[in-house]
Amino acid sequence: MALSKLAANSFDLTDNYALTGTVTGVVSTQKLFLIKNIDASSSGTVDFVNGASGVVLDNTYKTYLFRCVNIHPATDNVAFQINFRDGGSNYDATKTTTFFDSGHSEDDSTVASLAYDTGADVAQGTGNARLSRNQGNGSDECCSGDVYLFNPSSTTFIKHFNSDFSGYDRNNINYRGMGGGYCNVTAAIDAVRFQFSSGNIDSGRIALYGIK
Amino acid sequence: MALSKIQPASMDLTANYAFTGTNSISSASSGAYEEKKLATLTASSSSTLSFTSSIDNTYNIYKFRFINIHGSEDRKNFLINFRDGSSNFDATKTTSFFQASHKEDDSEAQMSYNTSGDLAQSTSAANLDRFVGNDADQHICGELFLFDPSSTTFVKHFIARSITIEGNNAAQDAFLAGYCNVTAAIDGVQFSMSSGNIDSGTIEMYGIN
Repeated sequence: MALSKLAANSFDLTDNYALTGTVTGVVSTQKLFLIKNIDASSSGTVDFVNGASGVVLDNTYKTYLFRCVNIHPATDNVAFQINFRDGGSNYDATKTTTFFDSGHSEDDSTVASLAYDTGADVAQGTGNARLSRNQGNGSDECCSGDVYLFNPSSTTFIKHFNSDFSGYDRNNINYRGMGGGYCNVTAAIDAVRFQFSSGNIDSGRIALYGIK
Repeated sequence: MALSKIQPASMDLTANYAFTGTNSISSASSGAYEEKKLATLTASSSSTLSFTSSIDNTYNIYKFRFINIHGSEDRKNFLINFRDGSSNFDATKTTSFFQASHKEDDSEAQMSYNTSGDLAQSTSAANLDRFVGNDADQHICGELFLFDPSSTTFVKHFIARSITIEGNNAAQDAFLAGYCNVTAAIDGVQFSMSSGNIDSGTIEMYGIN
């Protein structure tokens, strides 16, 4: 009798099938793709460079997310920072940023505030942008948070980014730092650097995701 | 004649094909989806909604998404607490809390730190939203990220943002952040209202690597 339809048990399901057709009838919910984890280990910087070590930071994705977990500095009272590369080898893209934070001290009296921080923003500068302030380096102290970078490969538009971090200030204060801004360049951003304002990143993980 | 090629119409596409071979489609689209839903709790006049399992070192980050959380009482606060061992949700924590709000009649629009909403080395539950209305159409939606709860080295940071409608008909955009100031692992998370029940709504927990 002629075969009219193949059932699942007609296939060698342990074999490799290079299916190249279009999947229909299924709604994909996949949106967030892990590209690269980098674990700091007494690192001066943590760099994500397009095309290096499996890093993708180009037009493959419209949005990139950097998720930082338990970032612990070697030096006390330092700011966690970010910068961007817009060609060449230097992390010096011109940028304008905003930064504000809410803080609350463990003693409930020293700090309970929400304020814009003019010491942390950048106005058409090439320096680093702040992610978290006055980070302590006690053995259990660290900061964690996210940075979104939008369409870094565009050669038409400026490149927006924003950040949201919870940190542990050296004076035992919780600071939530929220930053936003743009690289005021039309050159593509092809690399991103994280570092502390002084000293190494002792430990911590930064994960890069692509979002579709 | 032997079959040399199978057309799609020749396959039973309603069956389950458990392929265990290697997926060789292009790498650009083969990345694993890195947010996995681990649990969903649905409130039904619930005094608390508690996640007491699956919070461990399997994932680096846990996300809680709360959808249409409706309180049984008017102008109460939506709360979260953490378990750091034993059975009590009482991890010591310090938090900061600020909010932007805007009344429907445009009579008030402000953004400020809220000293009534924060905690200083307290074991009490932390505010996610304050003075939430309980009219039939009023509720809360938002997300909270908990970083590396299984760490026994570091404090455990969390960040939340949610939107609600206050009992006085004002939109409230609320921002909570802080840390459980403990090195014990966090293995449970509990949501509640400051008074009364969570009438309805769902909270989803995701693991992220």
